Amino acid sequence: MKILVAISNVPDTTTKIAFSDNDTKFSTQGVQFIINPYDEWYALVRALELKETGKATVVTLFHVGLADSEATIRKGLALGADDAVRVNAESPDSFFVAEQIAKYAKENAYDLILVGKETINYNGSSVGGMIGGLLDFPFVSLATKLDVNGNTATVEHDIDGGIQVVECATPLVISCSKGMAEQRIPNMRGIMAARTKPITVVEATTDAPLTNIKSFALTAGRTTCKYIDANNVEELVSLLHNEAKVI
Amino acid sequence: MSVLVYIEIAKGKVKKASLEATNYAAQIASQLGTSATAIAFNADAAQAEEIGKAGAKKVLVVKGDQYKNNDAVYLGVAIEQAAKAEGAKVIITSFDITGKSLAPRLSAKLKAGLVAGAVDYPTVNGNVLEVKKNVFSGKATAIYTINSDVKIISLMPNSFPVKLTDNKAEVVDFAVDLGGITSKIVIKETKSTDTAGMIPLPEAELVVSAGRGLKGPENWGIIEDLAKAIGATTACSRPVADMHWRPHHEHVGQTGIAIRPNLYIAIGISGAIQHLAGVNGSKTIVVINTDKEAPFFKSADYGIIGDAFEVVPKLTEAIKKLKASN
Repeated sequence: MKILVAISNVPDTTTKIAFSDNDTKFSTQGVQFIINPYDEWYALVRALELKETGKATVVTLFHVGLADSEATIRKGLALGADDAVRVNAESPDSFFVAEQIAKYAKENAYDLILVGKETINYNGSSVGGMIGGLLDFPFVSLATKLDVNGNTATVEHDIDGGIQVVECATPLVISCSKGMAEQRIPNMRGIMAARTKPITVVEATTDAPLTNIKSFALTAGRTTCKYIDANNVEELVSLLHNEAKVI
Repeated sequence: MSVLVYIEIAKGKVKKASLEATNYAAQIASQLGTSATAIAFNADAAQAEEIGKAGAKKVLVVKGDQYKNNDAVYLGVAIEQAAKAEGAKVIITSFDITGKSLAPRLSAKLKAGLVAGAVDYPTVNGNVLEVKKNVFSGKATAIYTINSDVKIISLMPNSFPVKLTDNKAEVVDFAVDLGGITSKIVIKETKSTDTAGMIPLPEAELVVSAGRGLKGPENWGIIEDLAKAIGATTACSRPVADMHWRPHHEHVGQTGIAIRPNLYIAIGISGAIQHLAGVNGSKTIVVINTDKEAPFFKSADYGIIGDAFEVVPKLTEAIKKLKASN
């Protein structure tokens, strides 16, 4: 069983967000980049566990990004992935990323395509479903448990108000969420081995993007906090009822 | 050239998120000089009527058992056919669990640009729609241009109003040719999350949340009492879920779930950036913490600096008094 794990290069969670070029680009100055947590802690770690228990033979990382993503890709290789593929392009949107993944997965006969449930920078939650649509593969979203038996995947995933357990024959696409695996720290051996693992660079497809980002804006923060005395909670209740009108 | 909106019915009711989507679809339809058509699966007359009141000029009712599990494989085929039949150039869904599977699949099948999680009405710029959505986990917004011929917008739940009028929609049966396709996904088991009678967190409009400041799982009684008094759902911060003080489904934050309730009360939670990312979309945030330097106060609308064990029970009493007097 071959597993393709799509990873995004994202600013770390404590980054102070800023924009440049007249608010049309995300400013990378001073920003630490990491693998999108959902891709790393859940999709990648679970794929590695499946390989460690003999259920998968290959775990390949797939990334759409320019050469400055390489350090992030190496982190994924340090965790234990066998190899990586980087599509040399700056992605305009989720569909573009999905197109690249779909093409590579199909041409290279991957059985399982794992993505994180969303990225922490664009929060689209779209790539997994799009790959499913492009390849006509089944797609299971928000998976919290993944097991494989031969060519059948058993997946637990979130639905409205509950959890559903499904079975599906490969090939399929799964978006991964909390619960599927635990974050791992790469060890020294992994870091050393990562240096010589292959990162194949491929060119992107050339269709015009379906969507583009025109501009960004920072969200206005809540400006002032109204403090209420701890001995006067009735005032808070009154404010919530009469001013905020939420109760 | 109509606007097509996907309706979801759950537990016998049209989902609030679908009514929001219908309102939104009707609004854009009028911007585009057309009307909104809704597509609802296994809807009855009363449900179709409500969809009309929310702004649909026409309701297409599709019947079939295959649609009962909201499998995007079947929904997608039906919506594709409906969009073609109606000449729909814009498709609206909610950015809820079904929407997160359905809208992307439709986008791929129709080569239709998708903005997922829209937080505002679009600007029409000739043949292009410009739509705003949250990015960087709510720290910023981005305006996307949708350049394709067919466009899909999925809406952030609880971000748009539901206005019901006495509009009467034309209700018609719509036959879908599934062409014998079967989804390969086999459902083995469905378990309900035990939310102890509370509205599930993703849909809750009132949330009471607590963190490490509560010192131990045995102290959660005061939180549950407050939630009960308000009619709220309980939530928690990541450390507390990781330590198994509270169930995982209560964890709100960057690596948990993001919620947008009308009211979020945070008790004994310091307000780390990762937690804020999950709740910054809340309309009103109340922070109760003994530490006046807790970063959460900078993102709060109302704050009480005090000991949760004293403040929370008093708050519960005050809420009960309010409810009793109304």
